[in-house]
Amino acid sequence: MSQQPALHIRDLHVTVGEKEILKGVDLVIQAGEKHALMGPNGSGKSTLSYALMGHPNYKITQGEVLFQGENLLEMGPDERARKGLFLAFQYPMVIPGVKVFQFLRNMLKARRGRDVSVKEFRKELNEKMSLLDMKQEFVRRYLNEGFSGGEKKRHEILQMALLEPSLCLLDETDSGLDIDALRIVCDGINAVAAKNTDMGMLIITHYQRMLNYIEPDFVHILFEGKIVKSGTKELALELEAHGYELIENEFRQPAQV
Amino acid sequence: MATVNDALNEKRTQRDKTLSELNDIDRDYKYGFHDPEDKYVFKSGKGLTEEIVRKISAMKNEPEWMLDFRLRALKLFNDKPMPQWGSEMLNDIDFNNIHYYVRSSEKQERNWDDVPEDIRKTFDRLGIPEAEQKFLAGVTAQYESEVVYHSIREDLEKLGVIFTDMDSGLREYPEIVKKYMGTVIPSGDNKFSALNTAVWSGGSFIYVPKGVKVEIPLQAYFRINTENMGQFERTLIIADEGSSVHYIEGCTAPTYSTDSLHSAVVELIAMDGAKIRYTTIQNWSNNVYNLVTKRAIAHANATVEWVDGNLGSKLTMKYPAVWLKGEGARGEILSIAWAGKGQHQDAGAKIMHLAPNTSSVVTSKSISKDGGRTSYRGLIKVLPGCHGVKSNVRCDALLMDAHSRSDTYPTMQIDEDNVRVEHEATVSKISDEQLFYLMSRGLSDEEARLMIVNGFIEEFTKELPMEYSVELNKLIQLEMEGSIG
Repeated sequence: MSQQPALHIRDLHVTVGEKEILKGVDLVIQAGEKHALMGPNGSGKSTLSYALMGHPNYKITQGEVLFQGENLLEMGPDERARKGLFLAFQYPMVIPGVKVFQFLRNMLKARRGRDVSVKEFRKELNEKMSLLDMKQEFVRRYLNEGFSGGEKKRHEILQMALLEPSLCLLDETDSGLDIDALRIVCDGINAVAAKNTDMGMLIITHYQRMLNYIEPDFVHILFEGKIVKSGTKELALELEAHGYELIENEFRQPAQV
Repeated sequence: MATVNDALNEKRTQRDKTLSELNDIDRDYKYGFHDPEDKYVFKSGKGLTEEIVRKISAMKNEPEWMLDFRLRALKLFNDKPMPQWGSEMLNDIDFNNIHYYVRSSEKQERNWDDVPEDIRKTFDRLGIPEAEQKFLAGVTAQYESEVVYHSIREDLEKLGVIFTDMDSGLREYPEIVKKYMGTVIPSGDNKFSALNTAVWSGGSFIYVPKGVKVEIPLQAYFRINTENMGQFERTLIIADEGSSVHYIEGCTAPTYSTDSLHSAVVELIAMDGAKIRYTTIQNWSNNVYNLVTKRAIAHANATVEWVDGNLGSKLTMKYPAVWLKGEGARGEILSIAWAGKGQHQDAGAKIMHLAPNTSSVVTSKSISKDGGRTSYRGLIKVLPGCHGVKSNVRCDALLMDAHSRSDTYPTMQIDEDNVRVEHEATVSKISDEQLFYLMSRGLSDEEARLMIVNGFIEEFTKELPMEYSVELNKLIQLEMEGSIG
């Protein structure tokens, strides 16, 4: 299994409604690698994460995706999750009346394919919550209801810490966070990564600032539905210095006459 | 040879029938079994006549005034037309095809061992004796028309708490019963309250003395066993000044192909500063018409709470009401309704603000699935001069598919300016985004939907004793599974 890349995307085309958003994405993430995906608004970053997780409204029209050597696109979102794919949502959904505790425990049962006793669960939960500097009362709240931006993101990472996925997609996890919250969340992500050294990661972000905390092995720039440039962490610094204008000037498709 | 084959075929047919019956019970409704009736003491013929009313009264050795009370109600029932609102299913009720009085055993017991075996086994299967031991202060078990088992904890009895069946209540406390019965819900309130008054049998009678707080719930369990049975229990609860009590009722019936009728009348009286909570988990099989009148009077600074869960029945029409009669009184009606295939839950709430500074909260949650129909029908009335009234009504409906239905019929009659009345209604579906979020965590489509539905009714379940909320979640799960595929 470990010889297989965690994720292998080949010529992926994705349509939402009538519109083609991804126009041939190629990307390989090996086990244990951290990749950053950057790009201006509307370039298709979130589309990639939703399509990989299997949102029914994101239609794959071409290409293939292998997850640990298996055809990811044949699986429903729940099966993808149980096999170890994880998406930290940019906008996690509110589910009224569902307690965080109950949600997390059911999630863990599904991932492990067996019952997780309350005692066993509490122990793990406490451990992971202290990692993210979260208070006990948190799990008695309703799922994402009235959560601040920081609480939502911390909760997403708490799920990641519990599930111990083999590949994480972090969709703008830095958005809506102040400096302190960003540091806590990134420390949490690093701690999970340190414990699970085989875990691959795709960090989707607009900004360099998150990459100051989580150092990527590779940086890719998505522009108008394609990865137009790949490099190492210096590429992110370059982008930060010059803005996306540079990319736009270089790669903007001339309007068809 | 032919005969052997015939016999074999017959056996096979019988076996298939049994298996399919078992299947139906397992999948849809686990309380659908029924007991033999060969040891019954009395079963009235079908149909309702003056003779039957007289017979019921005579068998119960009732005082003359009660017989008169019944006969007057019978006339009202016959005179009143069938309501032309609520549901067209009402017109399918055949009053001539119902047994109005069925007595299954000779007397009421205080010890489960003395209850006739078949009946005791049924209540065992329903988990009543177990629940009684664990977390109840008193239990009444009604089977068909009569209460077959009754108990109350000694410490409560010593405090003067009366908890008995209505028939014993009438025998032992005739002056209280005569004084209050029918004062909250007059016989002629509606066709079904008249019917109940004419043929009532069983139900609970509770009196809580001044200042006594009954901390542990009292429970009644109602079971119909006979096909085409009519159950007409009558409940009266009086909480004297500053006292409090929590009463829980549950109900089930066997699954038959023809219909039964359950038509109860429940009257609550909360004196000054008293508190009554009345919790119902209604889980009749889907061949029962459940047409119930429930009303409470709350005097000054009293609180009445109806916690009303409707999962079963073919048609339910029930609108628990609170008449806020004394200043500072408070009424709360919290309900859920589940309507699956062939079911119509027409449920709601009525609050009458009859005094200043009274307040009310109505929360209604309904779920419709597989063509089921739920309606919220509510009334908030504020009389002139009732200043400082606060009322908040919220109705949330969840539609599980496109061919199910939900309606809201709220009525507000506010005849006073200095009030704060709020009404809010929502209809929603399970959103793709919610489903995707949960499934992206490994929950199957089915598990995700169940979690969303349980979350939707959590405001209700969190108000139930723990054992009941667990049971309710299980029932919802069965309902969700039963209708898949």
